[in-house]
Amino acid sequence: MKLSDSRLNDMPAVAGKSKIVHPGWLRCMHWLNAIAVLVLVTSGWRIYNATGFLGFSIPRGITLGGWLGGALQWHFAAMWLLAANGALYLLTNLLSGRLRRQFFPISPKQLLFDLSAALKGKLAHADPRHYNSVQRLAYVFVMLDCLLLLLSGLVLWKSVQFPLLRECLGGYEGARYIHFYAMSALCVFIVVHVVMVALVPRTLLAMLRGH
Amino acid sequence: MKLKREIILPGDGELMLQDAMKRLAQPSRRAFLQRSLTLGGLSLLTGCTTNDADSIEQALTSISRLNDRAQAWLFDPNRLAPTYPASMITRPFPFNAYYEEDEVREVDGGAWRLELSGLIADRKPWTLEQLRAMPQQSQITRHICVEGWSAIGHWGGVPFAQFLRRVGADLSAKYVGFKCADDYFTSIDMATALHPQTLMALTYDGETLPPRYGYPMKLRMPTKLGYKNPKHVQAIFVTNTYSGGYWEDQGYNWFGGS
Repeated sequence: MKLSDSRLNDMPAVAGKSKIVHPGWLRCMHWLNAIAVLVLVTSGWRIYNATGFLGFSIPRGITLGGWLGGALQWHFAAMWLLAANGALYLLTNLLSGRLRRQFFPISPKQLLFDLSAALKGKLAHADPRHYNSVQRLAYVFVMLDCLLLLLSGLVLWKSVQFPLLRECLGGYEGARYIHFYAMSALCVFIVVHVVMVALVPRTLLAMLRGH
Repeated sequence: MKLKREIILPGDGELMLQDAMKRLAQPSRRAFLQRSLTLGGLSLLTGCTTNDADSIEQALTSISRLNDRAQAWLFDPNRLAPTYPASMITRPFPFNAYYEEDEVREVDGGAWRLELSGLIADRKPWTLEQLRAMPQQSQITRHICVEGWSAIGHWGGVPFAQFLRRVGADLSAKYVGFKCADDYFTSIDMATALHPQTLMALTYDGETLPPRYGYPMKLRMPTKLGYKNPKHVQAIFVTNTYSGGYWEDQGYNWFGGS
């Protein structure tokens, strides 16, 4: 008990010494990913508008590409950035052990506790280097969601060349819906993410300058 | 369902667009710039000049060429596109072209001759009867449009690989190009031309190919997007020189594979 108490007491001092919340490589990847996602989502909306298969269309002013061909060019350019950056991010996190350290374990009990604390506005942000359970779940979810977007996008781009993947995702037409819904889920994440950053603005500073 | 050509211009963009137009001679390139310049208004928001918009386009075009190569690398010449039972055929199968359905060209099949040129040993023109006398094959496959929708159709005709061998085409050449009676044109890679499911379609659903689906002959490739499948084909040429296509010159990806 004594030991853990002294550890807790030491924490601010340690944090004071090395104030880096996000290392440079992580910040770089975060913003590259943000650019890729912004381009992919807005050009994707323009591509969606070519058929509007869910019965509505996205306001043209918030889409990228001007016309279908232009949107496709943006989309098929930014996909490489998302894929390369995402692969590098996952690989770095897996190999360094950061993935396990930062995002796991996610326990349902702690999740409920943190969620209720967050809703009451009482969630502690003492050390921004450590994610609470809600953050962990949200970040792991968005990693998996991006993976699903890439895989379903691969089926839409090359449905003949990836037969197994195609059948797993319900064929070409199934992949269209999965791709759209996974995009919607990503947008929900982005909205929540940005709202949270607006509520705790120093997290934005930490992602920009590291501390 | 149609391939719509949309031109969107922001009010302030018109002057700078005019400026750009003067510097661009090639009409298709001009059309592409006109369409993609707005980038959803992005170029105006960021204060980009036409030069910037031009270089963005050049970058995107280079990446599109890179994607051609990536697709050629991914393309497995022996991998077949999925086939479907007759019960899954989309009825009616959608009409699709760069023009409306009431503008479909009526080609006289009796007078029609398929012209051959380029790296082909025997370049004498073919009649429809001669093509019909060749061994025929049929397929029920999915047509995927660049717009995103897809439809299952039933085509029958001459395997293109057999035809190319028969006329002594240089199979080591890079491209096969097509010119059509509706002024459409496109070109494909030799690997796809030789794919077992690439068909010189003469029939649709067991009947003579109707005008709206490309009478007298359409090149049907289930391994490529719809705009790569030319209708009313009138001339075929084999070449090592890149020759683009109607939509490809405006910005659609050239390989257009699926």
